[in-house]
Amino acid sequence: MTYLTAFGLSVAFPLYHSDNRSLKKTVLGRASGRFAKDDRQRLVVQALRDISFTMRSGDRLGLVGSNGSGKTTLLRTLSGIYQPASGSLSMEGRLTSLLDPGQGMNLDLTGWENIRLRGYFLGMGKADIARLEADVEDFSELGQFLDLPVRNYSSGMVVRLAFAMATAVHPEILIMDEWILAGDAGFMDKAKHRVEAMVRHADILVLASHQAGILAQWCSRLIWLDQGRVRAEGSPMEVLAQYLPPQQFEEIEKTKSLLATNPVF
Amino acid sequence: MSDLPATERAIRASETQPLFTLSADRGWIQRFQLAGTDLRGGVKLWRLAWSLAFSDIRLRYRGSALGPFWLTLSTAIMIGAMAFLYADLFHTDIHTYLPYLTVSIILWNYLNMLVSDGCTCFSQVESMIRGIRMPFTVHAARSVIRNTIILAHNIIVVVAVFAIMGVSMSLYSLWAIPGFLLWLIDAFAMSILFGAFCARFRDVPQIIMSVMQIAFFVTPIMWYASLLEKHPEGELLIRFNPFYYLLEIVRGPLLGTPMTLDMVWKALIVSGVLILVATVGFARTRGRIAYWV
Repeated sequence: MTYLTAFGLSVAFPLYHSDNRSLKKTVLGRASGRFAKDDRQRLVVQALRDISFTMRSGDRLGLVGSNGSGKTTLLRTLSGIYQPASGSLSMEGRLTSLLDPGQGMNLDLTGWENIRLRGYFLGMGKADIARLEADVEDFSELGQFLDLPVRNYSSGMVVRLAFAMATAVHPEILIMDEWILAGDAGFMDKAKHRVEAMVRHADILVLASHQAGILAQWCSRLIWLDQGRVRAEGSPMEVLAQYLPPQQFEEIEKTKSLLATNPVF
Repeated sequence: MSDLPATERAIRASETQPLFTLSADRGWIQRFQLAGTDLRGGVKLWRLAWSLAFSDIRLRYRGSALGPFWLTLSTAIMIGAMAFLYADLFHTDIHTYLPYLTVSIILWNYLNMLVSDGCTCFSQVESMIRGIRMPFTVHAARSVIRNTIILAHNIIVVVAVFAIMGVSMSLYSLWAIPGFLLWLIDAFAMSILFGAFCARFRDVPQIIMSVMQIAFFVTPIMWYASLLEKHPEGELLIRFNPFYYLLEIVRGPLLGTPMTLDMVWKALIVSGVLILVATVGFARTRGRIAYWV
């Protein structure tokens, strides 16, 4: 059974390279307690503090919060990249994370070569890699651009390639940062269909975004992160009501009721 | 709305990565377990490490006519130029000196590159480490494989020099193979240790490279170890020089110079210490590397 549990996750970034006393003082004076000292008296930024939640199959969690509130750090920690300073993480299910468009890609290599590398990363054999190539080619619609180094792609094309590669191998847990929403409208539609298909197969999605409309549509639950802490948690509309300025929230509510009369799902 | 295409269903079965747990640091038992998991994951991804290393070489020489054979050519030119000069300076016979210098220089260059790439094996792939969960050992293996591919190109120079100088080879030379395998293990251990250490302390690579520079002069590479026989103080240079033993276990068999058991033991002790320190060091630092790069 697919699940994802975070228990009391805290992450602190050590500030090794800014070891300046006066800077330290200024920073400590200004910031509202996010800079702290760890047990060995090193200056650290508390990026996440005591985050706990449980997700089961079919859950779609959205993360909202201002810049620097810890969304991306939480996604990275859930992906197993950062070992937490305290707390623990446990999950079952194949995980794919889409954190940076260029992640795990070598920009000097061509699209094809990057797809093959991804295949090796996933431990695939020849036949599976061929299928992966066909699927990514079909979904990304990049055509002959796949023969060019990724460095020459537009940012939207990198997004297409990255998304196609990440979702071609059906992940059971998908972790996405907001850059994925950088595609053009046509692609966004396709991407949404794929994510929806994935979620309908009882899998888990964690999405960080600033676009309230998308969160309201895609997610079944929201967490509002503020200074690395959970400020509010609940159904999308509940959390958005607190998080968004009133006029923006009304707009979201209007679109939401329109969608309710014409459901996409 | 369309369902998942058929290809996805097929691909789905291939990869399994079912359970994953990660908790805050819980002491040495967990550290060694995680390091072990990392190593096993790295072994499973050998093809990835291999193709990453290959693409590194290909990219470095993309668009050049000779490609990686530039390495062979520049090594050949350097050795050719040095050999005649030093053979004259040291009053030795070029027929024994040239093969000696060739093997020594090529092995030393390999070792030197292994160390310098090992130092940056994690800090160079910062975006990969922060973008995707991947065993750290893959990055160390990539650096070792990349340099071994370069070494393979340079072997042509050795073969050519041996042929021209008429060096006779015997089955005894095959003893170089276990010696070389030991090198590979050492190189990997050194990469995970130095890679982590250098990611944390950015001055360390420079310090290590200066040490390597000195080691080049105090190790019998351009000169014979026998030159020190009459200088008891000088002999200390070799006796406490780990590089000497490691070089000798590969170089000795290739050149047909007899190897003592003592030499083999010392090379094994040096490697054992390195592997032990690397294992402990890697287990200790593994969880922090992502924060450091």
